[in-house]
Amino acid sequence: MNKVWLIIQREYLTRVKKKSFIIMTILGPLLMAAVMILPVYLAQQSDKVYTLTVVDETGLFLNKIRETSSLRFRYADQPVAVARDSARNGASDGVLYIMREGVSKVNAPIFFESQIGISNIEYVRSELQNILDEIQLKAEFGITKQELETRKIRVDVGLIDNQTDSEGNPLELSILSMVAGMIIYFFIFMFGAQVMRGVIEEKTSRIVEVIVSSVRPFQLMMGKIVGVAMVGLTQFMLWIVFTVMIVGFVTVAFPDSFSPDNTIQQQFSPPGAGLTPGQNMAVNQDTNAMMEAVYGVMDRIPVVTILLSFLFYFLFGYLMYSALFAAIGSAVDNEADTQQFMLPVTIPMILSIVMSSFIMNNPQGPVAFWLSMIPLTSPVTMMMRIPFGVPAWELALSMVILILSFFGAIWLAAKIYRTGILMYGKKPTYKELWKWVRYRG
Amino acid sequence: MVNFFEAHNIYKSFAAHKALQDVSISVPEQSVYGLLGPNGAGKTTLIRIINQITAPDSGQVFFNGKPLQKEHIHQIGYLPEERGLYKKMAVGEQALYLTRLKGLSRSEAEKRLKAWFLKFDILSWWNKKVEELSKGMQQKVQFIVTIMHDPKLLIFDEPFSGFDPINTQLLKDEILNLRAKGATIIFSTHNMASVEEICDDIALINRSKKILEGKVDEIRKKFSDNIFEIDLTPERPDATIESRAFTILETERVNGDVKLKVQMNANDHTNHLLQELMPYGQVKGFREMIPGMNDIFIKLVQENNPANLQ
Repeated sequence: MNKVWLIIQREYLTRVKKKSFIIMTILGPLLMAAVMILPVYLAQQSDKVYTLTVVDETGLFLNKIRETSSLRFRYADQPVAVARDSARNGASDGVLYIMREGVSKVNAPIFFESQIGISNIEYVRSELQNILDEIQLKAEFGITKQELETRKIRVDVGLIDNQTDSEGNPLELSILSMVAGMIIYFFIFMFGAQVMRGVIEEKTSRIVEVIVSSVRPFQLMMGKIVGVAMVGLTQFMLWIVFTVMIVGFVTVAFPDSFSPDNTIQQQFSPPGAGLTPGQNMAVNQDTNAMMEAVYGVMDRIPVVTILLSFLFYFLFGYLMYSALFAAIGSAVDNEADTQQFMLPVTIPMILSIVMSSFIMNNPQGPVAFWLSMIPLTSPVTMMMRIPFGVPAWELALSMVILILSFFGAIWLAAKIYRTGILMYGKKPTYKELWKWVRYRG
Repeated sequence: MVNFFEAHNIYKSFAAHKALQDVSISVPEQSVYGLLGPNGAGKTTLIRIINQITAPDSGQVFFNGKPLQKEHIHQIGYLPEERGLYKKMAVGEQALYLTRLKGLSRSEAEKRLKAWFLKFDILSWWNKKVEELSKGMQQKVQFIVTIMHDPKLLIFDEPFSGFDPINTQLLKDEILNLRAKGATIIFSTHNMASVEEICDDIALINRSKKILEGKVDEIRKKFSDNIFEIDLTPERPDATIESRAFTILETERVNGDVKLKVQMNANDHTNHLLQELMPYGQVKGFREMIPGMNDIFIKLVQENNPANLQ
């Protein structure tokens, strides 16, 4: 046991002290923080104001189009050709030319000098449509749009668990579980591959025979798997801590830019949401409603279950896979030769990611059920199913199968590893691997 | 003499391949025991069994009189033929790690390692990375690590490969030194000159079977073909030398002297040989041609090769 601890220490310390680890640990959170902060930042930077000259042949829109923080309108009573000329000379960023085409259509091309962006175009389109709708409502039914809205009868489809009577629409959380599944997927591949590379390194540097004359191959293998797992956990924790620190720092340093209202408004408002005072209030209300919804979801969904299952599948998924990776590493002489053995190990993992949307659409279906029972796919698949509610017996069965498979994988890997690490030269076939499994100690 | 290590009737196969068949060896205490044999004969498998890296299918192994057990690995030092170090790790750190894996405490390991690094004049390498060292330098570090825990049994597999003659000599002296201090050494090599130089006993393994075991001197005597080299100053330069007591294999005349290589008849006596020669002139030199281990090796391995048994 003492020796396994020595091996774990070495595996852990040599990796943690590596430059690549330190760089990844610092770079990871910076990237993550950038992903969170950059859109907000960019959204604020994109406040270039475009001015459009409006030539309205129909006369319906005069002074009615509402301006936004990025769009200004100047109404011109001149022929379109003149307006286009002056735009060409820099008078405006483009000409919005509104004309009637037949009875049921208004055509409004924009002759642009500089590209004004999809969201601005979409805003112009919806504004024109709104104004027309209003005019039409008034003319044909004698009501304003506001009046229509107040009289509208809303439909709400809710989900209520028939057994517990609790409300639940776990779709919100499926994003979270998708993220959890992806983290498991990446963790297994990143650190499983590290285990494999470590085994190959020991083999190619020919140190392995020196070591197995002091410790049993099984101890060496387990020491490596556990050591690398601790490296992974360390990196994971540091990432979380750093990301929280960076985001926290930026939020504190620039409180105005990143107040929740502002952030959510900028990121999630529909294209071209105007910033007139009235609308601003509406957005604020939306934000509050959204926060309430999130807290509501937290109440309804078994967050603790998700967290605990994440830890469980994270750990045992990694342990089982890294045992297989160790076996693969022991069987070959260099990384290029790993391909043929990697395939059957990686395909189930990729399959569980590929099937993710299918599983979330049909979380109780037979495909979801079986994929969450098969140990090679269960870590990712089960994480995706849990927010939708998984019967306790299925969860328990899946976990038991995974634990048993972990022991099975370790047993199998140890047998292959023991023989493989001392075999040089020829690339073994599956048949030979099977022979190795059957050798006596 | 007491045997420090014994293996009795070892069998080991890997699937269809028989690596060892009924191999027994006895290694006397405080001796250098040569384990010889062509490539693929089964030496490495036997060595791995001694190191408990693999277990035999059947047969018994005794270490210092007791059946071989797990604790014994702390008393064995093993320098494998395929050896190396972690390239990216610092020399000192790595030596510490490997020594501690043999059960030494950190402080004790550091104390002993520093002393040996000083002795081999490589203390300045302590903080260097292994990849900065030449192959010979790495071998030196490996050798030190192998003996650091004062093992009672040392196993060296081709220890001199990659060494220059000066370092080879240093290593030979060190191996003999270890023997003098009480260690028992199993030494596997293809270099027959070094076998004659440092081995007390040998075993020859061929095609998974032991075909020869014994003291080096006795084996060489046993394989002598009664061939003698004689320097003679003849009384009459043109005289033809002949006798029923021996057959002449080679005759060489240099400045009036004759150099003869003769094979004495079996069961004859050297004095009779001399008596037969004396009438021809003055015998100035007379020595037996004892075969080298190299010749014995080649002769035995070829005899045992089924392709040669027509």
